[in-house]
Amino acid sequence: MSTDPLVKPYQQLRKDTFARDRGLREKVMSLEEAAKLVENGDHVALGGCHLSRTPSAMIWALIRARKQNLTVSRSIASSETDLLLAAGVSKHVVTSWFSQGLIWGVSKVMRHHVENKLAVFDEWSHMSMGLRYRAGAMGIPFMPSRTMLGSDVGKRLGDNFKAMTCPFTNEEVGLLPALNPDVALIHVQRCDPYGNAQLDGLQFMDLDIAMAAKRVILTTERIVSNEQIRRTPDQTRIPFFTVEAVVEAPIGCAPHECYGVYEPFFPHLDEYAALSTKEPVKGSQEYLERYYYEPKSWPDYLSRLGMDAVLDACRRGRSVHND
Amino acid sequence: MTKHQSADATYTASELLCVMAARLLKDGQIVFAGIGVPLLAATLAQQQFAPHLTILFEGGTIGPRIVPGQLPPSTNEQRCTRSANMLLPITDVLLLLQRGYVDIGFMGGAQIDRFGNLNSSFIGDAENPKTRLPGTGGGNDISSLTNMIVAMKHEKRRFVEDVDFITSPGWVKGRRSRAEAGLPEGGLWRVVTDLALMGFDDETREMKVLALQHGVTREQVQDNTGFKLLFEKKIETVEPPTKEELATLRHLDPDRRFTA
Repeated sequence: MSTDPLVKPYQQLRKDTFARDRGLREKVMSLEEAAKLVENGDHVALGGCHLSRTPSAMIWALIRARKQNLTVSRSIASSETDLLLAAGVSKHVVTSWFSQGLIWGVSKVMRHHVENKLAVFDEWSHMSMGLRYRAGAMGIPFMPSRTMLGSDVGKRLGDNFKAMTCPFTNEEVGLLPALNPDVALIHVQRCDPYGNAQLDGLQFMDLDIAMAAKRVILTTERIVSNEQIRRTPDQTRIPFFTVEAVVEAPIGCAPHECYGVYEPFFPHLDEYAALSTKEPVKGSQEYLERYYYEPKSWPDYLSRLGMDAVLDACRRGRSVHND
Repeated sequence: MTKHQSADATYTASELLCVMAARLLKDGQIVFAGIGVPLLAATLAQQQFAPHLTILFEGGTIGPRIVPGQLPPSTNEQRCTRSANMLLPITDVLLLLQRGYVDIGFMGGAQIDRFGNLNSSFIGDAENPKTRLPGTGGGNDISSLTNMIVAMKHEKRRFVEDVDFITSPGWVKGRRSRAEAGLPEGGLWRVVTDLALMGFDDETREMKVLALQHGVTREQVQDNTGFKLLFEKKIETVEPPTKEELATLRHLDPDRRFTA
C-alpha cells in the first residue's frame, strides 16, 4: 500500500466515478453552492499555473465558506495558495514551486507557515507533478520517470518516491505515485451548461487534472450554448462528464490572468506583496478581511479591485488578439 | 550596482552574464530558457548569430518571438506565447527534455557547489530551515535531463563546498556518481559568472576555471569561492562585451528590468 494518503485505491476511485450522475445534464450554480461540493479534508487540485488561469473566484468562495484541512496541489503555487494558508483553509501544499512570483522575491506568508511548521510544503519537480496527475488521469498507480533521482528533492519524499530497476532494460527509473484529487478547480474562457469546456492559450496541466479528479468544479468567463460548443468540438478540452458544477464567474482569475481576456493585475499584486512582506500575519489577515470576507459578492470584490484596474488588465489581456 | 568596464564600454554584471551565456549557444539548438538572464541570452544569440535557435518555455511554449521592451515576467503567462510555433501542456513540454530534444537548459540557484549541484529549496537544514525557498519548479527536471548552463553572480556565500540541499543535481558527488544515481544523460556543462567561465574536470567532475572575465585575476575568482577551484592549464581572458552585443541587449530590455 502507498504511504501517501493522497493516492486513492483504484477500485474506490472507479466506484466513486460510477456513483456520479454522468448524464448530459445542466449543472449551473452559484459560487456558494459550488463551495458546498468541497468537503473539509479534501484534496483540491488548482488548475492553471502560477499567475495564469488561477481559479481565484472559487478559491475566494472556499475561503469565505471557512473550509478546513484541504490539501492543495498545483503545478506552481502563487499568492492564491499563500491566502489558503493564511485563511487557515489548508495546512498542506503539494507543488513544485511556491511563491507569488520571481519579481516579488520569496513569499513571506509561505515562509511564515512552513518555517514555523504551521503548514507542510511537499516539493516535487514540475514534471513529476505533471506525471502524477497524468498517471491519475490514466488510471494507473504510478508513472516511471527519469527525474528527481540523485537529488535531495527525491530523498526528502521518503517512501512516496521510489526508484526501481526497469524490468525490460535494467535501467534505474524513478516511480511517481498517481494523484487523483477529490476535486479539481479549473477556470476556463467558456463552457456550456453541461460543462464542456474550451480553453484558449496555455493549457498547463488542466486536462490531466480534470481527468484524474473525482469531480471538477468549473468556473468560466462565460457560459455558451451547447450548440456553440458543438460547432467547434475540436476546441473542447474538458468533457462534461468529469464536471460536477459550472459557475459563471467573469474576471474569475483576478488578480491573476486569463489568456486573451485579462493579464495579471500587477499594481494589486504589488499591494498584496508589500502588505504581506512587511507583516506576513497581520498583512495577510488585513488583506483577507478587505478582499475576501467583507465583499458582498464576487462583483463587489471586483469593484474593490477598482474599475481602472479591471479595464487596464483587460486592455493588456486582449492585446494578444491585436495585429 | 557594480559597473564593469572595458576599453570601449561600460556594462552591468547582469549584462555581462547575458552576453557570455549567449556566446555559448550555437545556431540550430533547442534551448530551455527561464525568465531574465536565460531568455535575454537566448534572444541575444538569436539576433547576433543563431537565427535558427529555438526557445522553449516551461509554461508550454515552443519558439516564441520576443518583442523588445515586452519581456514576459514569468514563463507561464500569455506574453510568453506571442507568435509561437506551438503551445503544449506543461507536462508535455517538460517531456521534450526527457525524450531528448533539448540541447541546453539554463539554470540558476541560491547556492552551487564544487560538483555543480544547485540549491533553490532550503537555506540551512531542510527539516528546520533558516529560509524556505520557493523550490525546484522545473529546475530538477532540466538538470536531470539535459546539458546545463548556469549563469549567476560570483559570491562566496553562493559558491559553497556542499550545497545545503541538492534541488537540481549537477555531477552529484563527482566522478560517475551522476550516472550511477540513474541520470545517464546531461550534466552541468558551463558556469558563467561575472568573474569567470567555468566547466568541470572530465574525470573528477570538480569545477574548473576555463577563462577569466576581462580585468579579473585568478586570485579574485578563488577568493570569491567557498571551495578550492581547479584551473585549466592555460587560462585565457574572455573578450569583453562588444558595443553591438550591448546595444542589442539594451534594445531588448530598454527599461533594464532584468539587466540593471
